[in-house]
Amino acid sequence: MSEDTATMGKPTLSPFNIVAGVILLVGGILTILRFTQGLDAVTNLSDYNPWGIWIGFDLLVGVALAAGGFVTSAAVYLFGMKHYHAAVRPAILTGFLGYALVVLALHYDVGRPWRLPYPFIMQRGTTSLLFEVAACVALYLTVLFIEFSPAALEWLGLKRARSIVLKLTILLTIFGVVLSTLHQSSLGALFLIAPSKLHPLWYTPYLPVYFFVTAVIAGLSMVIFESTLSHRFFSHKMDAAHLAEKDTVPLGFGKAAAFVLAGYFIIKVIGISAGNTWHYLATGYGAWYLVEVLGFVALPAFLYAVGVRDKNITLIRWTAAWTVLGIVVNRFNICLVAFNWHLPASERYFPHWMEIGISVFIVTLGIVIYRFIVTRMPVLYEHPDYDAH
Amino acid sequence: MSLSRRKFLGWIGAAGMTAAAGRKASAATTHHFEGYPESMAVLHDTTFCIGCRRCEGACNTVNELPAPEVPFTDLNVLEKQRRTTSKAYTVVNQKPGNASGPLFVKNQCNHCLEPACASACFVNAFTKTKEGAVVYDASVCVGCRYCMIACPFEIPTYEYDSAFSPRIMKCTMCHPRVLEGKLPGCVESCPTEALIFGKRDDLLNIARQRITRRPNNYVDHIYGEREMGGTSWLYLSGMPFETIGMRMDLGVTPAPELTAGALGAVPMVVGIWPVLLTGIYAMSKRKEKIAAEEKAQALATALADADAQATAKMDAAMEKAKQEKATAIEKAVKEALEAEAKARAEIEAEAEAAAAAPPQEAPDEDDKDD
Repeated sequence: MSEDTATMGKPTLSPFNIVAGVILLVGGILTILRFTQGLDAVTNLSDYNPWGIWIGFDLLVGVALAAGGFVTSAAVYLFGMKHYHAAVRPAILTGFLGYALVVLALHYDVGRPWRLPYPFIMQRGTTSLLFEVAACVALYLTVLFIEFSPAALEWLGLKRARSIVLKLTILLTIFGVVLSTLHQSSLGALFLIAPSKLHPLWYTPYLPVYFFVTAVIAGLSMVIFESTLSHRFFSHKMDAAHLAEKDTVPLGFGKAAAFVLAGYFIIKVIGISAGNTWHYLATGYGAWYLVEVLGFVALPAFLYAVGVRDKNITLIRWTAAWTVLGIVVNRFNICLVAFNWHLPASERYFPHWMEIGISVFIVTLGIVIYRFIVTRMPVLYEHPDYDAH
Repeated sequence: MSLSRRKFLGWIGAAGMTAAAGRKASAATTHHFEGYPESMAVLHDTTFCIGCRRCEGACNTVNELPAPEVPFTDLNVLEKQRRTTSKAYTVVNQKPGNASGPLFVKNQCNHCLEPACASACFVNAFTKTKEGAVVYDASVCVGCRYCMIACPFEIPTYEYDSAFSPRIMKCTMCHPRVLEGKLPGCVESCPTEALIFGKRDDLLNIARQRITRRPNNYVDHIYGEREMGGTSWLYLSGMPFETIGMRMDLGVTPAPELTAGALGAVPMVVGIWPVLLTGIYAMSKRKEKIAAEEKAQALATALADADAQATAKMDAAMEKAKQEKATAIEKAVKEALEAEAKARAEIEAEAEAAAAAPPQEAPDEDDKDD
């Protein structure tokens, strides 16, 4: 993807375009299959396992990894860390795309996607944590859309609309943090209703807190991870302010991630102590739990700290990627691995290849749209006609 | 899951619950829901069950479910452990039992007093009726399947094979028939009275009497009396309930209470987070303002210092220039005076020379050099 096909006006057969094209084509076929034949035709879902990777990955991981938007905008606009200003727009963009794709993925997962507005317009099930998730995701997607709109408005040359939106920045940021706090934690709280199905090492009343804190970790790590990829593939699109952040963002966000990971490790230990589930650590599930908590929480906390102390940007970047993987492991554990642990192996779930295919399709779609936008709109650079806001 | 922590979550939730969930503010109060008065229930005495599968057949007929692959008269399927499916609201499973032969246990929706499915549904598709049944409304169902995640008894099933109108499928306790004054299909078809339909309070009394009268025949426990806050299906067994596939580790907490704390925290976050965040924003803004002011002040001081220094320097230079000027004037004056003196001396000398002899000129010259 060295050359910028989009701005050149005619598509070329670069390796990226070929791979993305094949994935989108296969995804399109699977989509037709899903919506004409039903869930049974493309998934391994069953009456015992009503949620598969479309919830475990597309929803739970997707929402957590899209947390970079609220983390970065809060840091810059509310906490006054103005020197990371250039990181806000890419983070808001990936946040917006992330949430948009989550909502798209839910259309595949629910049985009657055309009824997705029903919880708001037909009957409100306010006793359901899922209602809270739905309401907050819908609102936050709108907030992210408005937060990102200045970039699009600058691209379109609509100056007056842009200046109106910019006046709302602080309000939108506060709204975004409130909504993110609510739905990130509620995704964890979804599982509070099933203590008899989730393994005791993972089931704790602190699940909502854990989900919120890990979302912050995911957001910080994703900003580092994305900036690494952007500097590699889109550096020709960047202005001086963005190029200058190549090292300051990993150092600053890495330091924050080290602290939050350390705090998260402590509250994980508190959770085990409060539930007194120590004895489960000696079981097979316990070993896997230790892999998660030591390998994907304690280890990256340490590596981030070392990386920041030594100003080792490479180490920080690898740690960010490892931490993102850790978020995937955590969400998979709660939704799939440790869920239904009481069932015999024959009744457990493993995704159908077509489920994985749809998930890969949706991620690819996100990357293609991201590329389309950053090669056109002022995301990685300040628009020459406008001051930094 | 200690009591104190739940209490704590309850406190957090207490203030917000009324706003969030209105009438369901049970977590923070001493109120305990005992079920609708006079509501109906079914007592399944497994010691009477002979595994004839007539209840399965009747269920299939009255609910107009698709015909099974093997007829209901085929009892071989009993040995294989089955669960409810979208085509069978109820199944009978055979359990090893004891010396007197195998045991049979019927499985279907237990119609909880405070159902997990109803609590979990984000469109309120489930209703606990005052008659006792938990009924489902497919006309609003989105198909998220959170009810299936929530149900501790693993009862709701889904029509995964339907592309356009998939539904959650589960036992309705024959609610339409009950409203007509009929018995549920399974109860009506049972040849051994292993199933009895009646008021829940009466059935609990009957169950207790059976246990009291024949303590050797029964485990001293009525399953469903307290499980998950109580259910409208009650069970008696001659063997420990775990051995007939019924979980004894579900606890007595009604499902809605498990999420009450988290739900109660919602209005608290909505209320207090903006205050906290605005405060942080104000603080960072103030810090910036103070920093800017300090910077301006420092700049002003520096400028003033520079000014003062420049003035002093200028003054010094002026003074020096003045002095130099004065010196120069003095020198000029002196030179002028000297020149005048010299001129005068010359004139005088000339006059003297004119008066006296020429040899006196030399000493005059020496004097002038000194």
